[in-house]
Amino acid sequence: MAVEGEVLARLKERFGDATFRSLGIVRDRVVKVVIDRKDLRAVCAFLKEQLDMEHISCITAVDWRDHYESVYHVTSWKRNCMVQINAWIPHDDPHIDSVVPLWNGANVHEREAYDLMGIVYDGHPNLTRILLPKDFEYFPLRKDFPQEVDRQYVSRRKIGGA
Amino acid sequence: MAEMWINMGPQHPMTHGLWNLRIKVDGETIVDAEPEIGYLHRGYEKIMEVREFQKNVVLTDRLCYVASITWSHCYCLACEAAMDIDVPERAKYLRVVSNELQRIASHLMWLAAYGPDLGLLTALLWALRERELFLDLLQLITGARMNQNYPRIGGVRNDAPPDFDKYCSKVIAHFRNKLKEHEAVFEQSKLFQARTVGVGRLTRAQALDWGVTGPNLRACGASIDLRKLDPYDAYPALSFAPAVEKEGDSYARYKVRVEEMKTSCDLILEALKKLPAGPYRSKPPRRCEGEGFRRTEDSRGEALFYVIGDGDDRPYRVKIRSPVFSNIAAAPIMMRGNKVADVVAIMGSIDVCVGEMDK
Repeated sequence: MAVEGEVLARLKERFGDATFRSLGIVRDRVVKVVIDRKDLRAVCAFLKEQLDMEHISCITAVDWRDHYESVYHVTSWKRNCMVQINAWIPHDDPHIDSVVPLWNGANVHEREAYDLMGIVYDGHPNLTRILLPKDFEYFPLRKDFPQEVDRQYVSRRKIGGA
Repeated sequence: MAEMWINMGPQHPMTHGLWNLRIKVDGETIVDAEPEIGYLHRGYEKIMEVREFQKNVVLTDRLCYVASITWSHCYCLACEAAMDIDVPERAKYLRVVSNELQRIASHLMWLAAYGPDLGLLTALLWALRERELFLDLLQLITGARMNQNYPRIGGVRNDAPPDFDKYCSKVIAHFRNKLKEHEAVFEQSKLFQARTVGVGRLTRAQALDWGVTGPNLRACGASIDLRKLDPYDAYPALSFAPAVEKEGDSYARYKVRVEEMKTSCDLILEALKKLPAGPYRSKPPRRCEGEGFRRTEDSRGEALFYVIGDGDDRPYRVKIRSPVFSNIAAAPIMMRGNKVADVVAIMGSIDVCVGEMDK
């Protein structure tokens, strides 16, 4: 069996179908699972300890207007396989467990997701702003943070009238 | 003696950009370190949400001016994954060629910066002299020396000019000879040896735990190269072996980069030899619904773009994973126990690019 099929089967066997909102194979060597935030720590611990997922590529926070998602891309170099975990977070309570106890590499990525999207990673050792100034009051990647879109395609010369 | 914090930056020659490294020292010895970044944050991920898919290539070029093509290339791959389209065979090879040219130019820029950091001013002039030849090649194929805007979603912008392979083989033959001189000037320099061998050691386990990738990880004895492990474009058809060193110190990181330049030379020539005929670009859809991600071996490590489309002609969300952003988080580990004077030797060997780190 190809490696992605094996990872998928192990995940199903351990957690059962009820844990996953959906799970499937994206392409060769890539598996995607969608879970609720309460299962995140258990799934990640299983991936790291049982399936050798020792590398965390990145953590993305997505604002879907009705809920947030925290997306984890974790990799096993040994098995040469990658798992994408989408964890659902309710919009009115943007909290989720931190995975820093499992991967130190998650530290800066969770700080970045907190900084730009305002997701609070419970249990993070130092959850402070990393890219924006310490006294910045907003979370700019949220969809309710407006951008100047009406001038996007007008060149500076046209605006100045020169 | 009491411990105290010192700012190395944001205006310090070793930063090669704009960031700050706070180090805690006990006399001359570093006890702890803390990178402070964000000075160059331009809100890339937000800006990209209001631009059309194709127009974002201009932006991704400017993520890192030293390695523009590798970043645009990664973004185009992610968009292609999201749109579920394929690329013509010829485009795949042209992408490999432009990528590897860019990788050599990037590593030479690093060499040019690292030499003067350690008092080898010769390296600056020599490496920039050689880099010029590769910029000329990039200009031939893309039309620009920097910020080339060359990869396209669905292929590349234009075909290679006539006789491009001849120019390449001429430059590479010349460069291979010159690289021997570079190695000699670095490796026979007592000063360079004394300042890099055994300095800033990182073990394989630490590197994996902290998400370090690229040449910095391969310098710790891990043969991890995404061009091999998660191959994209024409890399599966090309034969090469990733450069690996065991020591994990600054010197090993230097060795890996020099070896990588040689590998890139071979890859360029092989890809040009196998270059198939046919179209070099396909027409991508204007709108995209769905998500996709792709990771590539950037010249600094694992670059990843995660693109989500909601059916509009602009991405709903773009995530940029910068290798330097993760690598620099491991800086405190490399620092601890070394002397203040080693900070430059260690941070220089990581190859920091602030543009991509701060996004």
